[in-house]
Amino acid sequence: MWSAVLRLLWEVGKRSFRRATTYRLATLSGAFVNTVFGYIRAAVLIYVAARSGGVVRGFTGQDLATFAFLSQGFIAIVGAFRGLDLPKRIRSGDIEVDLYRPADLQLWELANWLGESTLQVLLRGVPPVVLGALAFDLRWPDPAWHWLVFGLSVIAATMVGFAVRFCSNLVAFWLLDIRGIDQMVTISVTFFAGLILPINLFPAWLESVARALPFASMIQLPVEIFLGRYTGWEMAWILGQQVLWAVALLLAGRMILGSATRRLVVQGG
Amino acid sequence: MTAQPSLVSDEFRLYRRLVAARIRSDWQYRTSFLLLMVSQSLIIVFELVALLFLIELVPQFGGWSRAQVVFLYAMATLPFSIGDVFISEVELLAYRYIRDGDFDVVLLRPTSALLQILALEFELRRAGKLLTPAIALAWSATNLDVDWTVGRIAALAVAVISGTAIYSGLWVIAGSIPFWAVASREATNAMTYGSQFANQYPLHIYPGWIRAIMGWALPLAFVAYVPAISLADAANPLDLPSWMAFTPPAVAVVIGLIARWVWRTGVAHYQSTGS
Repeated sequence: MWSAVLRLLWEVGKRSFRRATTYRLATLSGAFVNTVFGYIRAAVLIYVAARSGGVVRGFTGQDLATFAFLSQGFIAIVGAFRGLDLPKRIRSGDIEVDLYRPADLQLWELANWLGESTLQVLLRGVPPVVLGALAFDLRWPDPAWHWLVFGLSVIAATMVGFAVRFCSNLVAFWLLDIRGIDQMVTISVTFFAGLILPINLFPAWLESVARALPFASMIQLPVEIFLGRYTGWEMAWILGQQVLWAVALLLAGRMILGSATRRLVVQGG
Repeated sequence: MTAQPSLVSDEFRLYRRLVAARIRSDWQYRTSFLLLMVSQSLIIVFELVALLFLIELVPQFGGWSRAQVVFLYAMATLPFSIGDVFISEVELLAYRYIRDGDFDVVLLRPTSALLQILALEFELRRAGKLLTPAIALAWSATNLDVDWTVGRIAALAVAVISGTAIYSGLWVIAGSIPFWAVASREATNAMTYGSQFANQYPLHIYPGWIRAIMGWALPLAFVAYVPAISLADAANPLDLPSWMAFTPPAVAVVIGLIARWVWRTGVAHYQSTGS
């Protein structure tokens, strides 16, 4: 059974990767935007650290500059602003075709998501960080095996990104226009994942709230792992938290999909 | 094009009618309209909240008081939101008109192509974004240590209008890029949203090379920073001469002329997609 799952992820993911390569120029111009925002945010955060005596809430200017570029690189990888085709297909009734496939719908969509994310690592994930490193002194994982943990953390973050969007997009089964809800999700990700401000710069009470939400697993936590904020069991727990969110939200998505398909009536059949 | 030259007043009457029709049709879907309006204004609220958090961490941000920084934020954001309501529609040029070939239809009609796109894509829900900067402006203006004489209020109005014109010019210029490179929609965002984002913070906290870009390459400093120094009587560590407070309208005119030239060159350069 697992080999079939992996096979599906691989085959569908590969095609989604290829499809995404069609939009290279668009993607590169996206990387340019991410980098511009990275420069502005890094400059502001470095100023904040300098005015706070070099360290603010445990982060140095170097940490914060790294945070700025890395988090910009994460936007496309975890799909912070990426939507699924699902609502459109639900509205048009094409969802019926998806449900007829001999493959699980959620797994199918996940494979698409991961395939595109893999390409985004190269096209939009790495460039902002490299271009940021040209202008600012950034911090890199140390020792080398932290890269490995970071890699796992990125995968978990991407899964959480998918699971959040999958759950919210399924609302389309009940509501015809989900743009408002989609936008609310996007805003929550933007604010609570640490894209406007690293959440450790929030007031303490709001930081606790943000850390209790799944959005932190999408950007803030993996970036903190990159910066070497955690060691030993603490690091394992942070990664575990991400995995737990991914699993919990994927399961929630399955349940919502189940109850939606039970009441689904497609016209004209 | 040899179409009947239409009067400017005719064009604006047409614009008003198209916009009114657009508003009526949006209003058919009230729930979704209101939800989108609220969610769009929320993102701006969060930006302001994040700025307030930073001021909390670093009081006297850039040597400016809280009211002065919030005033700068409002000066950077209010003109942008006005532009967002009326001009940002040009972004859809690449997305909808050039890629799908609909721009041909626009060009066939005997009226301004730009005005048509601005009217056809007008969405009232973007007006939700005006609320936060307007409140921020009102709050900060009343908390500043300055006298709001008639002259100062007039200067504020001129600054907001000039700022709107500068952003609008940038929007049209950035929105014209797709005439040459269709798939560059997001590069447009770097120029527009990036500008507004960068303008929220006092210029002097940036390293020299970013300041140079914001002062010279893109005249962003003239939208908010330059007028804010004199209007809010804020510290001026870069020692900008006081006569600079009078320059934003001139900058706006120059940007407007450049935008007009870029747009016209783009339209002339346009070649329809497909066979």
